[in-house]
Amino acid sequence: MVMQRADNSGSSLRFYWRKAVSVTMYVLSGLSALVAIIPLVLIFYYTLSLGLSAINVDFFTQLPKPVGESGGGLANAIVGTLVLVGLGSCISLPVGIMAGIYLSEFGNNAFGMAVRFLTDVLNGVPSIVTGVVAYTMIVIPMGHFSAYAGGVALAILMIPTITRTTEEMLKIVPQSYREAALALGISHWKTSLRIVVRTALGGVITGIMLAVARAAGETAPLLFTALNNRFWHTSLDQPIASLTVFIYNYGVSPFDDWIAQAWAGALVLMLMILVLSVAVRVATRSRFEER
Amino acid sequence: MTEELMTEVRQKTEVVDGSSDEHSQKSAKIEAENVHAYFGPVHALQGISLKIHANSVVAIIGPSGCGKSTFLRSINRMHEVIPGSRITGKILLDGADVYSMDAVFVRRQIGMVFQKPNPFPTMSIYDNVAAGLKMNGVRNRKTLDEIVEQSLQKAALWGEVKDSLSKSGVSLSGGQQQRLCIARALAVNPEVLLMDEPASALDPISTAKIEELIYELKKSYTIVIVTHNMQQAARVSDETAFFYIGELIEFDETKKIFTAPTKKQTEDYITGRFG
Repeated sequence: MVMQRADNSGSSLRFYWRKAVSVTMYVLSGLSALVAIIPLVLIFYYTLSLGLSAINVDFFTQLPKPVGESGGGLANAIVGTLVLVGLGSCISLPVGIMAGIYLSEFGNNAFGMAVRFLTDVLNGVPSIVTGVVAYTMIVIPMGHFSAYAGGVALAILMIPTITRTTEEMLKIVPQSYREAALALGISHWKTSLRIVVRTALGGVITGIMLAVARAAGETAPLLFTALNNRFWHTSLDQPIASLTVFIYNYGVSPFDDWIAQAWAGALVLMLMILVLSVAVRVATRSRFEER
Repeated sequence: MTEELMTEVRQKTEVVDGSSDEHSQKSAKIEAENVHAYFGPVHALQGISLKIHANSVVAIIGPSGCGKSTFLRSINRMHEVIPGSRITGKILLDGADVYSMDAVFVRRQIGMVFQKPNPFPTMSIYDNVAAGLKMNGVRNRKTLDEIVEQSLQKAALWGEVKDSLSKSGVSLSGGQQQRLCIARALAVNPEVLLMDEPASALDPISTAKIEELIYELKKSYTIVIVTHNMQQAARVSDETAFFYIGELIEFDETKKIFTAPTKKQTEDYITGRFG
């Protein structure tokens, strides 16, 4: 109180100082927000300006041409990326979502704490290490690279993200909805699945899409597992092409048209993730959700 | 207090005691026998025993933290949902101990309405009412339609929502939401309805509606209501239980509790000397 009164009765210097600090902080935080989106804008600018020229119908329908021939496309890599991410999702979605439900709804014990800790550790493992592990676990016993191995490597990367975001999203569902459901004579697991998960679905989907986007953008684990393929894969038991590995290979090549195709591949990859995110969000939107 | 008054009170007590003895001859819908409830180390209920008769309304009053809600939640086994909770003693529903039955089955017999209206936010009005049935395997659209309409009618909400059944449950006003929750609880056809301060978050008009509703519902259900509002307890209930620090201090006919309580603590609480 005494301090405050001194401030008020003192010169207006104190007042101007406070105003100045406020304005400075406001400008600084605004600038930081601007700086934060600069890389994003640059990424869009470069991929568009350098990749757009290589995008044509052939890019989506043709196989890569051999060295020296111009033209061709990355159709097999686009499909390959979809297959790999699809395989990874098939494994990681059920496991990740169920594990998240367990941690949030039943995991208030030592086992839950251990799982939570290990999931966080797994989240921090570099993706190339995951690739090496999948190589040792699957590629070596099978004797060759395969789409399966790539899918497993991506799944290992996706599971911790999905598990933890699912858990966090379910935890913020108010307890009162669980109690309302239980008090209606709805069993615990149905309450978890059809009330709690349904209520938190938007957040859970966001977590899944983050995991999918991350998996779709991974290169390192695929180098050890799915390898690459310049032709269509005829079974999942074979090496398979992917956009990221093609971007890597073409991007460091000495040929201008390959480099342009690498940029185009990056652009297509980003657009695929964008379209998928929007589509999934629209498809799973609650009837009553505000737009 | 003069001697005359005291004698009058004593006489009244005797009369009421006589009648309540007769009352207790009737079979109890719910009977609590020496119920102790704990939250970790906290001993929240310390040996509660009381009988609740079919088609009566029992109000539970008492200051905050006295164990009213805990007792209510021990009846339909919702107390055990809270981590670290524990309960001993018996709660009999029609003579059978609910703690030896499946909890899900118990909760279908004993419905519950909470303090804050909590309709499921992702569901329409219709689906909110049908939730308990749908999730227990009722698929027949006609059956569902019928039960939804009946339940909303019983909850005195049908007239207000019959043209907007597909709207979100949370688009309703607070009072309507609470009646929706009552309809949702009634839809699974319970025998007992537990209400945990059902009107404390509502305005006076909605409160009056809920109270009227309780009066109507008592014809077909046994109702236990926890309330902080003593006028409400006096208005809606046949019998009143006064809880204080985890103990049942007094349980008798509402008229008697509010006019001639036998225990000093009850009188002090009712006259506003504490709590």
